[in-house]
Amino acid sequence: MKKIFSALLCIAIIMPASAWSLDPVKIGMVTTLSTKAGYLGEEVRDGFRLAIAQEGGKLGGIPVELMVEDDGADPGRARQIADRFMRRDKVKIMTGIIFSNVAIAVVPRVVSSDVIYISPNAGPSLLAGKGCDPNYFNVAYQNDNLDEVVGQYVNEAGFNNVYLLAPNYPAGKDHIAGFKRYYQGQIAGEVYTKLDQSDYAAEIATLRAGNPDALFFFLPGGMGINFLKQYDQSGLNRTIPAFGPAFSFDERLLQAVGSAALGVKNGSQWSHDLDNPANRQFVAAFRETYGRTPTLYAGQGYDAARLIASALKSVNGDVEQLTPLRTALRAADFESVRGDFKFSTNQHPIQNLYIREVVQDDAGNFTNKTLKAVFTEHSNAYVGECTMGD
Amino acid sequence: MLLVFEQLLNGLQLGVTLFLLSAGLTLIFGIMQVINLAHGSFYMIGAYVAATVTASTGSFLLGLAVALPVTALIGMLVEMSILRRLYQKEHVDQVLATFGLIMFFNELTRIIWGRQPLFMDVPVWLSGSVELIPGIPYPSYRLAVIGVGLLVALFLYLLFAYTRVGMQIRAGAGNREMAAALGINIKRLYTLVFGLGTLLAGLAGVMAGPILAVEAGMGESILILTFVVIVIGGIGSVRGAFVGALLVGMVDTLGRAFLPLLFRFLFSSATADGAAASIASMLIYLLMALILIWRPRGLLPTHS
Repeated sequence: MKKIFSALLCIAIIMPASAWSLDPVKIGMVTTLSTKAGYLGEEVRDGFRLAIAQEGGKLGGIPVELMVEDDGADPGRARQIADRFMRRDKVKIMTGIIFSNVAIAVVPRVVSSDVIYISPNAGPSLLAGKGCDPNYFNVAYQNDNLDEVVGQYVNEAGFNNVYLLAPNYPAGKDHIAGFKRYYQGQIAGEVYTKLDQSDYAAEIATLRAGNPDALFFFLPGGMGINFLKQYDQSGLNRTIPAFGPAFSFDERLLQAVGSAALGVKNGSQWSHDLDNPANRQFVAAFRETYGRTPTLYAGQGYDAARLIASALKSVNGDVEQLTPLRTALRAADFESVRGDFKFSTNQHPIQNLYIREVVQDDAGNFTNKTLKAVFTEHSNAYVGECTMGD
Repeated sequence: MLLVFEQLLNGLQLGVTLFLLSAGLTLIFGIMQVINLAHGSFYMIGAYVAATVTASTGSFLLGLAVALPVTALIGMLVEMSILRRLYQKEHVDQVLATFGLIMFFNELTRIIWGRQPLFMDVPVWLSGSVELIPGIPYPSYRLAVIGVGLLVALFLYLLFAYTRVGMQIRAGAGNREMAAALGINIKRLYTLVFGLGTLLAGLAGVMAGPILAVEAGMGESILILTFVVIVIGGIGSVRGAFVGALLVGMVDTLGRAFLPLLFRFLFSSATADGAAASIASMLIYLLMALILIWRPRGLLPTHS
């Protein structure tokens, strides 16, 4: 009797789960929700969820189930989550990773298991070049893009003695390399700081002594807040203008930096004031749902969802056949919040890249204003290194 | 030459901030024998409370005035409810429990304030810069931090050297049982010491708020430096913490500032930049190792 009872109980537990899983397409999101960088994952997730909510629980007319897990910016944990998504939940589409080091640890494993991975943020050069894969799509950018646009703009603005500052880790060096790819002037100094450093007084004093005519820095998250406040307090921002990729200037960080970032020009692939119908609709809906202005990360999360929606619609929800699914994704037949959008041969965006300026709006909020598109239909430097057979 | 002077000031400022944190940590460790990993959480709480109050009232001083008692109070509550159970336990248990507290407080700040870092600005009356020497403007706020830190050092010195509470604390640190036998209420003393330690951490957090990002987890990045300071200074010794903090502040700042220049004489510029950045970030740990070889109990160990 007891045995029968427990057997029945088991069936009762398993049944609804399997009955449910027949229906919606599962999407696994491994992202960073804790640690200092937790707001990045929150933005990607909220952008993604908005797209699902707008279709009433569907993407491209196909019911979907979004499963979100926090990797804590830890490659090991992210791998465990990815494994669980693939083995237990039989997920066929994954997305969400914020950090490049996490992506490098997880993505090759995922794509070699015949699971599609759509990157909504991290775009390390490895996965764009030699490590590219037919199952890997990046809907955000290749990491160097936002630095390349700043390098080009700094040339155009007539600066030719620039000081460079970045944390001493692989991504820091990549971003400096991205800047140098288009910048043609002299380099007044190149300084790498400790990762997660909080006090920049020593670097700022050395910078002043180096007497550059401009500063390029890549210091994401809290490091950027620390640096910008201290740079402002030193008074140097009035004589040596600062430039950088958008990572230190998203709409949420700006609220924590305050007036210290005013006037700083930064490079981005998107801004909330880009004038196209998809973007106007997205920004308005995001503000209404979450009560804040979306950051570029939210835009990327939203685009990732819209890209998946276009593909699901095209294959009519069949995620078991990879070839048609990949073909549908490669077509990128969706209205991106960035306007024109298509994939290069290494499945990274070909898109416009903009320079934005930090301004204070009429309501007193600090925000970005798009100045100009420096590159139009810009691809990435690693297309040639990528050879993939399909 | 001017640059050297400016970097010395920067080193002093970093040292003084570290002192505020390490004084509390070393007191707690020296007197209560508790490894309190959650010390950085009180630093964070100080910064969050001050940022919130400053944002809603517009007054930095009010923020400071609210943040200090709040942090001390939370500290004393944590001591009474959690740490008190850990005094007789192994250090491993204390480390685990206080590590749990770190996660608890980080998550709590995320629940209360959200994931977005808070904004806290330098008060208007400290927002300018002072030209201590012509040509090198130094931010007034950083000078104020140095001033506050030195005042706290003076206050602690007077407290321990000349007051009854100070004497009791010293007695409690020297010999717990004997002090209790002489009629000192050790329980209350411990709560007080913990409150004082967390108050100092909160003060450091408030002072750091306008310079740094106020965010969940901000305490952990500075906690390691703080531990280095108290190990160098001699665990339990406030004077040691003072000397250690200044030493670490100076070595860290000067290393970051001048190692790249030094290395550029020796190597090609690309190698020099990379090597200097790596060695500069190791420098304080090298310093700690050397000091421990020379004086295994730190520079100014306590008598016990």
